Amino acid sequence: MIALLLGLLGFTLVVQLRTTSTDPTSAATRQEDLVRIFSDLDSREKRLRQDIESLEESQRQLRSGEQGRQAALEEATRRADELGILAGTLPARGPGLGVRFEAGSKPISAYRILDAVQELRGAGAEAMQISGGDGASVRIIASTYFLDGGDGALVVDGRPLTGPFTITVIGDPTTMATALKIPGGVAASVAGDGGTVIVEDREVAEVSALHAPVKLEHARPVS
Amino acid sequence: MIAVLALLAGVVLGVYLDPTVPAALQPYLPIAVVAALDAVFGGVRAKLDRIFDDKQFVVSFISNVLVAGLIVYLGDQLGVGGQLSTGVVVVLGVRIFGNVAAIRRHLFRA
Repeated sequence: MIALLLGLLGFTLVVQLRTTSTDPTSAATRQEDLVRIFSDLDSREKRLRQDIESLEESQRQLRSGEQGRQAALEEATRRADELGILAGTLPARGPGLGVRFEAGSKPISAYRILDAVQELRGAGAEAMQISGGDGASVRIIASTYFLDGGDGALVVDGRPLTGPFTITVIGDPTTMATALKIPGGVAASVAGDGGTVIVEDREVAEVSALHAPVKLEHARPVS
Repeated sequence: MIAVLALLAGVVLGVYLDPTVPAALQPYLPIAVVAALDAVFGGVRAKLDRIFDDKQFVVSFISNVLVAGLIVYLGDQLGVGGQLSTGVVVVLGVRIFGNVAAIRRHLFRA
């Protein structure tokens, strides 16, 4: 009897060990344990779902922040380009005019050139350069000055140019051409001195001469 | 000697046959095994104390297994099966430890 019982014990022991080792998961688990495991998994899933939501939210925020930065960068680049063209530190191209001054009996005076530049600015010129007869070019910006150099020459920003002079200008061609040709205007004045102004429409005017950037010593931005 | 051989025979049989436990018995089998182990260790201790009695062993073995199964069954019916079986295992574990300590004292005099 004892032997029978012990044999039974050994048998069930092995069977039980086998059962738990081959199937340690759900089949050998009680119903309430399964319910507990299930609810644990449920709450875990809920937590993970919340995590996903918050992470997606932060991803959205980061993405919109990045878009904002990108837009700001594009705007800043655009402004830098505009300012570079205005300051003469960047080459520019676009529709415009070539204005050629040919001297007659009297040389073309710096006063006439300045007049023409002012007139072109008034007509909406965006970028200008002046070239001499030998091909040397000087960018015309806000601080550019013109002096008579004697013997028909012209000093522009410290550089002597010889005639005939050509101003290449980017802007609305018809407006600028009209501005130069008004009665009593630039063309008329030069003609009065015996010279000629040849205005030539250009589909693509190249303003490639550059002005070295000015390092400001005194002025500081107000911010 | 016969008892040890029978135990080994049961083990070999279990390994050889490899039966699956019926689903209805699954919660009770581990508890029954632990209860039987308790009875066996009690028997060994009694043997060493030279007060071993065949009838007492058989009765304690069977009653142990039945009572353990009954408690777990009752617990399952009351909805506290998990906790009750844990309690049964703890109690039987304490008893097994006590019996093993007594056996150890007999064998090693320490």
